[in-house]
This record gives sequence, C-alpha cells and structure tokens, in this order.
Amino acid sequence: MATTSQEMDPAQAALLEKVEPAELYEQPLVTNNRDFNWVTNKICGIVEAGTPTWWWVCMAVALATASFTGMGLLWLVSTGVGVWGLANPINWGWAIVNFVFWIGIGHAGTLISAVLCLLKQGWRTSINRAAEAMTIFAVVCAGIFPLFHVGRVWFAWWLFPLPNANAIWPQFRSPLEWDVFAVSTYGTVSVLFWYMGMIPDLGTLRDRAVQRLKAGAYEGATEFKKKFAEGFDVFRKYFYGIFAMGWRNAGNHWRNYEMAYLVLAGLSTPLVLSVHTIVSFDFAVSQLPGWHTTIFPPYFVAGAIFSGFGMVLTLMLPLRAIFGLHDLITQRHIDNMCKICLGTGSIVGYAYIMEFFIAWYGANPYESFAFINRAFGQYWWAYIMMFSCNVFTPQLFWFKKVRQNWALVWVMSILINVGMWFERFVITVTSLANDFLPSSWGYYSPTIVDIFTFFGTFGLFSVLFLLFVRFAPMMPIGEVKFVMPQGDPHGHHEDEKGGHH
Amino acid sequence: MATHSIIASFKDTPSFFHAAEKVRDAGYKKWDTYSSFPVHGMPEAQGQPRSKVPVFTFLGGVTGFTLGTFIVWYMGAYDYPLIVGGKPFFSPIFPFPIMYELTILLAAFGTLGGMFITNLLPQHHNPLFESDTFLEVAGDRLVIAIESRDPKFDSAATRQFLEEIGGTDIEEVSA
Repeated sequence: MATTSQEMDPAQAALLEKVEPAELYEQPLVTNNRDFNWVTNKICGIVEAGTPTWWWVCMAVALATASFTGMGLLWLVSTGVGVWGLANPINWGWAIVNFVFWIGIGHAGTLISAVLCLLKQGWRTSINRAAEAMTIFAVVCAGIFPLFHVGRVWFAWWLFPLPNANAIWPQFRSPLEWDVFAVSTYGTVSVLFWYMGMIPDLGTLRDRAVQRLKAGAYEGATEFKKKFAEGFDVFRKYFYGIFAMGWRNAGNHWRNYEMAYLVLAGLSTPLVLSVHTIVSFDFAVSQLPGWHTTIFPPYFVAGAIFSGFGMVLTLMLPLRAIFGLHDLITQRHIDNMCKICLGTGSIVGYAYIMEFFIAWYGANPYESFAFINRAFGQYWWAYIMMFSCNVFTPQLFWFKKVRQNWALVWVMSILINVGMWFERFVITVTSLANDFLPSSWGYYSPTIVDIFTFFGTFGLFSVLFLLFVRFAPMMPIGEVKFVMPQGDPHGHHEDEKGGHH
Repeated sequence: MATHSIIASFKDTPSFFHAAEKVRDAGYKKWDTYSSFPVHGMPEAQGQPRSKVPVFTFLGGVTGFTLGTFIVWYMGAYDYPLIVGGKPFFSPIFPFPIMYELTILLAAFGTLGGMFITNLLPQHHNPLFESDTFLEVAGDRLVIAIESRDPKFDSAATRQFLEEIGGTDIEEVSA
C-alpha cells in the first residue's frame, strides 16, 4: 500500500485516508442493550418464580392427553398387537409412521446444538437448550412405537446384545437392529450433550439459591411464606448443587468445557445424520417398490430437519410470548428458522419430484406404478396433504412479511408437522398396500387404539416439556452472554468503533 | 483461619482479560479467572495449554469401535453362527452401523468423563463458595483469584498487585 500511495496524487491519497470501510449492519442477537445481570435474572427467574396458573392448566391437559397413550398401550399389552390396524399386507402401519415422525422432530435440536455450533452460528444460543430438550422428549415418544409393536414388550430387551435364555443374539444383518443402536445412541448422546450444556446454568441456580439463603431476605413475606421460600431455596441449593457437580465458573472449567462441547458437537453431527439415514434403511434395504431407493437417506435427513425446525417454531413462539423473551429470541432468530424450513422444505419437494423422475427413468414398471399410485391411487388425499403442507407451505417463507407475522409462522409450523406426518404415512402405507401382485393388495385403516396411542404421545411430550420449562434453565446463560457485545474481551465498547485488533 | 486465596473483581470483560494476561506475566501459577460465561481467548491470556479432553474422546471412540467389532464377530460368527440370506457370518461391511454408533456413544461418554476429569469435578465444596463476592460471579461479576498455595503468594504483595492491575473489592477468602 505504501508504494501505491506514494505514486498517487496527494489529494487523492488524502481523500482515500478519509474513507472508512462500511460496516455491515448485523442485527444484534440480544436486543435492547440488556446487561449480563438481566440475562441471568430473566432466565433463572422463570425457574425461581412461583408456578403460574397457565402451567397448571397446561399440565392438567397434557396429563389427560398423555393418559390416552397409557390406555392405548395397556389395551395393546393386555390384548395383543392385533388391536392396532396392522394386518396383511400392511404389517407396518402407524407404528413406524409415528416412530419416524417423532424421531424426525428430534433432529432440529441436535442440528441447532451441533451443526450450528460447528458453523459458529451465534444465533443458536438462545434456542438450543429448549430444542435439545425437544429432541430428548421426541426420542422418548418415538421409542414407544417400535418397543410396543413387538407385541411382547417385556422381551424387548432381546434387541440389545445381552445374553438371553435361548442363547440367541441380536441379528446384526437387519436394519432394524441397526436402528436399535442408532436410536439408543442418539437418545443417550442427546441427554449427555443436554446435561453437559446445563452444568454451568445449574451452578448459577445453585449460587443464586445460596445467595438468597445467606441474605435471608424474603421481602414482604409473612413468616409462613418466608419459611416456605426458604425451604424451596434449601431444596434448590442441594438439587441443582448435586447436578452442577461443583461447577465454579473458573476459566479452567470453561476451557475444558468448551473443548468438550465442541467435541460433542463434532460427534453429534455425524450421529444425527446417521440416525435418520439408518431409519431410512429400514425402508431402503427392502425390495419393495417405492422404498428401495437410494435417495432415501438424504431425503429422510432433510425431512427430519424440516419437521424438527417446524416443531422448534411451534414451541418457541408461544414460550417467547408467555415469558417475554423477545429480547433473546429476536426476529432474526425467527427469520433464520423460517429460512431453514424454506431450504429443507424445498429439498424435500425436490426429492418428491426426483423420486417420480427416477421411477420413470428407471423403467421399472413396479416402481412407476408405486409412484403413480401414490399420487393418484386410493391414498391420493394423503399425498395431497403431504405435498401441499411440505412443498407449498414453506414457500411462503420467501416473504419477509410472512416471517414477521408470528401467528402465521406458528400456524405454518404446525402445518409443516402435519405434512411431515403424512409424508411418512404415504411412504409406509402406499408401498405396502399395493405391491407387486394385485391379489395381495389391501387397504389400511388405523384402529381407535392406534389413534389413542398416537394422540397421547403429544400429551406425553407436553408433560415432559412443561416440566423442563418449569425446572431447568431454558437457555444457556453463559452462551447467550458470550455472543453479547459486552462479552467480547477485545473492547467492543459502545463509544469505540470496530472491536477487533 | 488460613487464607485460601485473594480475590479481586474487574469492571468489564476487556479489563478482566488484560488483568489475566498481567497475572500470567507476573508468574503466578495457582490462580484462575471466574466469569459466568466463557471469555474468548481466555485460555491463552491465562497461559493455559490446549484442553486434554479430546484424549478421552479418542480413547472412548477406540473402545467403542473395538467393542462394536467384537460383539458383532462374537455373537454372529463365533457364539451362534446363523446363515441369513447367504450373507457371511462376519464382515466389516454389513454391521458397520453398529461399530459406528458404538464409536460415537463411547466417545461421547469419554468426552463428558474427560470434561469432569480435567476439571477435577465433581467437587461439591470449595472455600470460594463461602465468599459472598464470589457468589456474584453467577450474575455479572468478573473475578480473579490467586490461591495461597501459589509459590509467589504473599498476602500483602499479592493484594497490592491485584490492586495495581485494576482489581476492586479485594477480599481474602479463608480456607
């Protein structure tokens, strides 16, 4: 540069000196100039405040809904798998549909916490904890279906490599056995990741309880209420204290923690992709027209991320409104999630069309029939539901006006999940109902027990999520502070320009 | 009561960060920074080496892969060989998902365990927890603590040093 400016006209050089590079405006991740204390108080406050009435109401409704799963399963276990609509030729009906649906929901949580962490996307911080919780609870709901479809559920442990009385070991050539390993690993690693991420925040809750106990001030409370509040804080001190494992917020702790977090993110990324790939193998490894396709792994993964982000939006928008978290989950967060839905929804739409193309191009009459039958056969209504919800709905996210309309985004996020449930239904049922020989064709309808069991899982999911919201810090406090300008050690003061050496 | 450490607070992240660099340069060994969030670049400022957690991850991963290979071979080819679809009793190809998933599973356990081991956790008691000032780290306080077992520790000199580098609310925490 020095030589160039020497050759340049001095007036021009002087002008060049005055030019400042334009700073790209980036919307802040925490709006309204909140400080560290505000973040801690806000997030811990949700856990420490009294239980709001709406929580009890929701909990009662959720428990009542969850009881439907309980009844459905009780009925199944006491009678036999015949109470589900599974029969020849559709030996896999709602059981696998619901399983794949719930597993798919979970994927956004891992994606937010792992893939976006590796890609250094700061906006993940305020939504990742709740999304991870969603993952774990979705895996719990998913697990019910394969577990109970075996009929004699008390023998489900035969799927695990444990010595059983008949000296028979699991069959490792079967994709269903791979599934057992994939899903149980996924569930376990998600819990580890979630728990580790929570350790610093559990330490914060413990320290705050100790602070209140030491200060002994429970303002304006009667003697009875004071005792009550004190009792709660003693409980918190021990409960959160035990799980916080003695976390001290030390620089050394953070150093190892950040490395461990990064490594877990690195492990979870191939894990989340492998899980849905292996789930798709359940279908793709078969010989059935409509299932036996190589597009299944990437198409399933995209669909899973799509439905998962749909569910994150469905959960986060109400939470944001109820707890007033608008400064932490900003329009930028919602925009980004909508754009991911748009991207993955388009991939899913591309996959639908590509399947058709390959069926035609592959010149296999059974394959072409399967796809024509999907769209125009006896399940045409399910295909229309799937296509309109998954392909057309997210296209609205191209428009900023739509992304800013939270009520609309919320409704659309539910439509996405409806569409993704229908996708799994279409794949499973249409292929099984009309395979190679017309003599073996059939029509599948779920029974009331199927419907009860599935409906109830939404209750189970809600019960778990409500407990999470009530007892665990909903956002990673440390990580939110990390992306705030005050958290930058290299002097990102408001009175200074720039911020990096 | 013996002194456990002397703690000092700092007003904002940059001064906290630069103070840590000064403590490092002054040659203290048994000291640490305390903040409610990870400060970017702090390990370098504290002169700490790269975390050893990945070593545990690697050990876990290797164990998982070996275990996966072993169970598939032992159960399918040794203890109860069964012909299915004319496929071989053992091959590294068809059961690869098993090895893959177990590698990740045990590597994840290794990572979490490694985080606990390298951080010397769980350790539910520490004298610092007794300090009211220290408890405020959970909110927005930024603290540096120099422990009395540091070879360079000298009650008066250390206190003065912390003051010189911009520390406030200096407090002696007893063991």
